[in-house]
Amino acid sequence: MSPVRPRRVAAVVLRHFYLIRGSLSRVFPLFVWVGIDMVLWGFISRYLAAAGGFRFSLVTALLGAVLLWDFQARVMQGVTMAFFEDVWSRNFLNVFASPLRLSEYLGGLVLSSIATSAVGLAVMLVVAVAAFGLSYAAYGVLLAAFLLVLFLFGIALGIVGSAVVLRLGPAAEWFIWPIPAVLSPFACVFYPLATLPGWMRPVARVLPPSYVFEGMRAILAGVPAPAAGLAAGAALAAVDVLLACWLFRGVHRYAVRTGLIARYAAESVS
Amino acid sequence: MSEASIPSVPAAGSAAEPAVLAAEGLRKAYGAVIAVDGISFRVRRGEIVGLLGPNGAGKTTTINMVLGVLAPDAGRVTVEGLDLAAHRTAVLERINFAAVYSPLPGNLTVAQNLRVFGMIYGVARLSERIAELLEQYDLVRFRDTKSGVLSSGEQTRLSLAKAMLNRPRLLLLDEPTASLDPATARDMRERIRRFATAGTGGALWTSHNMHEVVEVCDRVLFLSRGRILLEGDPRALPAEHGKADLEELFITVAREPLSLERS
Repeated sequence: MSPVRPRRVAAVVLRHFYLIRGSLSRVFPLFVWVGIDMVLWGFISRYLAAAGGFRFSLVTALLGAVLLWDFQARVMQGVTMAFFEDVWSRNFLNVFASPLRLSEYLGGLVLSSIATSAVGLAVMLVVAVAAFGLSYAAYGVLLAAFLLVLFLFGIALGIVGSAVVLRLGPAAEWFIWPIPAVLSPFACVFYPLATLPGWMRPVARVLPPSYVFEGMRAILAGVPAPAAGLAAGAALAAVDVLLACWLFRGVHRYAVRTGLIARYAAESVS
Repeated sequence: MSEASIPSVPAAGSAAEPAVLAAEGLRKAYGAVIAVDGISFRVRRGEIVGLLGPNGAGKTTTINMVLGVLAPDAGRVTVEGLDLAAHRTAVLERINFAAVYSPLPGNLTVAQNLRVFGMIYGVARLSERIAELLEQYDLVRFRDTKSGVLSSGEQTRLSLAKAMLNRPRLLLLDEPTASLDPATARDMRERIRRFATAGTGGALWTSHNMHEVVEVCDRVLFLSRGRILLEGDPRALPAEHGKADLEELFITVAREPLSLERS
């Protein structure tokens, strides 16, 4: 088995860096939309906090949840955007007929996503803390665990999204953009899992973010975060990453068997 | 992707030296349509082999199978004795290609494209190699130009420069001179000829320009309906089949392949 070559992984990252460096239309989305989200939800949180007598900081609960959810979406989009660049530039033949291994390619997409999502996270933190006084002190070191679970799940979603587009063709990217919005009602971002009707709860329980947001709310309510739940969320997220890689590999094998890569732009294999 | 351990490759020039490329019994069908029907051929070191045939004959399908982006239904591909299916990465490190239908990303500059693919192909002393190729392929003045705004001829030169990045043992060229002016096309043919005569690698070349094929190729394979119909020296083959030149032979292959099968 040939080893993973860091230089080949770095080539995938470098390609994305070149693209971002030379393009304002790629730089702005890294922070503009999440910045606007912070401002919008910051004012909503402030208004609701003034209107009602909440026992906990609504800014921390609401704005903090939006920030973490947006972070996960940025991680997912970081992977899919780097993959879509190869779709848009019809680069599949050059990439997949090269010595680049799938693990190196996916590794490059993930590293690109770490860099781009870190920019978004930094901007969100600056806006939320400076403009609305968001404090994560209440979460302590658990914040790192929350971010890790959401990061892993975002990576898994990004790889699944890339596999779907590889399988169904360039037009299928429109299935990918709404994924965070579709998942958010199940992920219990703004309300406890107990709020959901019975049929939605099993879905929520297999989504790692629901454990993160349940943990956040527990801490704000003054009770210890459910460590077992958070561990389950982390384990689920790790399994999801492995399943996503397995799915991408399966789709790639199908694409090589059917000739999909060689004729990708034609969307001739459906 | 798991890969078996890589067997040692005999030294160049040794009696046991395997062909640069050996395709054995390659077959590919898309549903009921058989694109390639059990073909076998070899490309030796220092040799340029022309893969000829009318549109739909199976040339690009064959090249895609050699490149590992299309799995054959049957048969196998070996490069310097390494089985592509078992040693994909090691084989693809020894190959490179240029094809008119696979330009490099237009949103990267010429130098950026060469750097990214040079890293992917594990090219040592990459900056020097890039400078060398920019010079050789007359791309120095386009170094910082986005590839997408180059003329089709300039893009072809860039594709060829990329194909030479890793000094491949096997070069796959799918109509490499299709969009070049005659002077540039001749220049490119001479470069590829020099690559072959250097003796470090071989090339598989598809073209619809029969004059070019006669000038460049040591041997040609005529494909028709997914099978190799004829094989031989492009300068001798037409006379062997009672034709005036290679173009006339090509037209016969395209229109009346059965007449050649009988001859």
